[in-house]
Amino acid sequence: MNAPVLEIADLHVALASASVPVPLLRGVSLTIAPGEVRGLVGESGAGKSMIGRSIFGLLPGGARITRGRILFDGADLAALADAERRDLLGSRIALVPQDPMTSLNPVKRIGDQIGVILRVKLKMARDAARARALELLAEVAIREPARVIDLYPHELSGGMRQRILIAMAFACTPRLVIADEPTTALDVTVQRQVLRLIHDLQHRHGAAVLFVTHNFGLVAKLCQSVTVLYAGRVVEDGATANVLASPREPYTQALLAATPRFDRPADALVPLDRSVTDTLLSDARAYDAAHAEAYR
Amino acid sequence: MAETSPTAEGRRRLAIRIDARVVAGGTIVAILLLTAIAAPLLAPHNPLDQDLLSAQLPPSWSAGGDPAHLFGTDSLGRDTLSRLIYASRIAVIVALVAATLACVIGSLLGLAAGFFRGAVDQIVSRLIDVWMSFPPVLLSIVLAAAVGAGLGSVILAIVVVDWTRFARVIRAETLLQGQLDYVAAAKVVGLTPTAVLTKEVVPNVLPLLATLLSVEMGIAVLVEAILSFVGLSVSTDTPTWGGMIAEGRQLINQTPWLLALPIGCIIVTVLGFNLLGDGLRASLDPVQRR
Amino acid sequence: MSGALVSLRGLRVSLPNRAGKPLFGPAPLIEIVRGVDLDIARGGALGLVGESGSGKTTIGRTLVGLIKPSAGDYTYDGVDAGRMDEVAFRPLRSRIQMIFQDPQSSLNPRLTLGTTLVRPLAASGRLANDAARRRRAGELLQIVGLPVEFLSRYPHELSGGQRQRIGIARALALEPEFIVADEIVSGLDVSTQAQILLLLRRLRAEFHLTLMFISHDLSVVRALCDQVAVLSAGEIVEKGATEAVFASPQHPYTRELLESVPLPDVEAGWIMAGTVATV
Repeated sequence: MNAPVLEIADLHVALASASVPVPLLRGVSLTIAPGEVRGLVGESGAGKSMIGRSIFGLLPGGARITRGRILFDGADLAALADAERRDLLGSRIALVPQDPMTSLNPVKRIGDQIGVILRVKLKMARDAARARALELLAEVAIREPARVIDLYPHELSGGMRQRILIAMAFACTPRLVIADEPTTALDVTVQRQVLRLIHDLQHRHGAAVLFVTHNFGLVAKLCQSVTVLYAGRVVEDGATANVLASPREPYTQALLAATPRFDRPADALVPLDRSVTDTLLSDARAYDAAHAEAYR
Repeated sequence: MAETSPTAEGRRRLAIRIDARVVAGGTIVAILLLTAIAAPLLAPHNPLDQDLLSAQLPPSWSAGGDPAHLFGTDSLGRDTLSRLIYASRIAVIVALVAATLACVIGSLLGLAAGFFRGAVDQIVSRLIDVWMSFPPVLLSIVLAAAVGAGLGSVILAIVVVDWTRFARVIRAETLLQGQLDYVAAAKVVGLTPTAVLTKEVVPNVLPLLATLLSVEMGIAVLVEAILSFVGLSVSTDTPTWGGMIAEGRQLINQTPWLLALPIGCIIVTVLGFNLLGDGLRASLDPVQRR
Repeated sequence: MSGALVSLRGLRVSLPNRAGKPLFGPAPLIEIVRGVDLDIARGGALGLVGESGSGKTTIGRTLVGLIKPSAGDYTYDGVDAGRMDEVAFRPLRSRIQMIFQDPQSSLNPRLTLGTTLVRPLAASGRLANDAARRRRAGELLQIVGLPVEFLSRYPHELSGGQRQRIGIARALALEPEFIVADEIVSGLDVSTQAQILLLLRRLRAEFHLTLMFISHDLSVVRALCDQVAVLSAGEIVEKGATEAVFASPQHPYTRELLESVPLPDVEAGWIMAGTVATV
């Protein structure tokens, strides 16, 4: 059996504060097999971006991993030397960020931004990097790569910018791509194309994907497996088909019932009952009390 | 997920948070104001009294100093400390009056231009462009020549040159704010355009204005010092820090304190205004208080 | 149709393109809305659906008097509202209100929520004194399910969902008949979105409101609106009862939109069926 590409084991992240540390992630565990597309679903504050940040070592000021490990292809990321980790990030582990407007450098041409990845990470020569950049742009279905490569981000639409970000993520044939809500800012027709692109590229390069989102619909269409997060803990986890067809946990069921559907009448929409989240919150607090040492 | 406010703890601090800058800056400005107001009471000597027998005395703690003259005397025997104290009056008047006038004129024009746009904006913007292309020092000299030297012309010179700074910055900020949805929302709920400007936009422009005003006060003190350094300010009898610097510069080897002390006063004054303005803005602005 | 509260006929709206503005003279105009016919019955809820650039926000802002139409008719309760100037439109403001998309920028960051809610009341001169207005502001908070203590808070102290509720409360302040809601649940979590939708449904029934709900999300429109109009590049391509239009869409664009919405059902062919257009 193949070793997982990503294995997060009992990850605890806490925000150091004057009195009591504030837990952000409470013992999160998940695995991603090579080539697997796993959805990570949660509402704001659930901790989904914290997981991505932990992998990239980009935790906000004051936040630290206090317990647990993140293994990439078997190697403990925290144990790597700085230079080794820097080498991995951006090439073997890549990120498709959320906001195409602010994720590209506004004062550099597209070609330069893709080029710098190829030259630094893959040690390509300038000409070879430009040729490869043109290929990458074609791979994300940009019609005139030769024209786009010399443009600035503000001269492109949001959909095109997101394609370029995807191209940049796959430039170094990553083993793992973390897609952080990559379609939030996009129209629904553009979103569908972007999802298809991610799907195609993921297949072509054999990359595993961690697809972070709050939208179950996207998970249903793209991801084989899904992890549901609330208050920094894994609530439910399994094959997408199973979780969506017969969710075990009340929270998952409630979230699905609260998701509007254009093919169902208006009164099918059921808002979340506070008791569901209250239970989860008190569980989390009980966990904190019992595991205080996990956050130091 | 429960709708808890993300910043629930300790956000309702309505009192001015004791910001170190407010304390430091406020103390300096308070001392300055007190000194200016109570100058006759504080100054040990009449600043105009000449005593040629006690000329060029060093500060009282150095060799040859006289305890009657704490900071020594200048080449005409006038007590330095008293002159410094009386000079603060000029600085305070210029800072408060000139800066405030420049602020009021510039801000009103900037707000009008940025909010109402159209013809008003065209006129004000072109006015600013043309005005700012005049070299400020030249303008001040011309004014001084036309109006005659004196405190009035110093203030006029500062106002005439610096209103453009306020107008330009406030106009830009007003333009920005005007595009935000809360302005549209205010129109939709029935506020007249003028009410939208004064009640909705102005509170959001005030923090910037406060900073500009405090910086301007510091600039005004500096400009006055420059003008009196070149002799274009008040009559040479009235002590000014700039005038004292001019005198001190001539005898820099014999009487270095005559140069250092007024410079020190200017530095501390400008610092005080900047700290106070910065600190007040941070304390009073609800958005920055988080 | 004479029974309609809001009626648009051949509505055209052009906006200045500031990017193309020459040094002297006005900016060139771009036509955003190109001849729209629409009716909203009294008490109805119309969903206006379209992608970015379709003109839906422009139509919304025209209906609340923020933008003047360049051609066509906008009739509100039999009155020619589209040709009124700012002063003539003002009496209509107590009847037509708007809830804005971004609760972050639509609430004045430097005013307390109480002040924001009292403003419309003071502007309309309805309530006699400050105390009465303050009391009404407190009532508005309770109507949208927020505690009265929030009157003294600032927008940045609230969550996105709470801010959106304030936006709703403000829209209700003048007891309007017609509310335009512009993408009001777009940035919200699923659970918060559901709460806001249900709140709006309840308020619509309780206060007999007529709604125009602008959204790019067809599922959200289904949850709230009995009528829908689909907008593409400034023109309406299809309109009708929401259930009917979504069950059997006639126009290819409507079909494309519906097919592009990812429903939470595992469907192997969905992702492959979408063609990736080269751009």
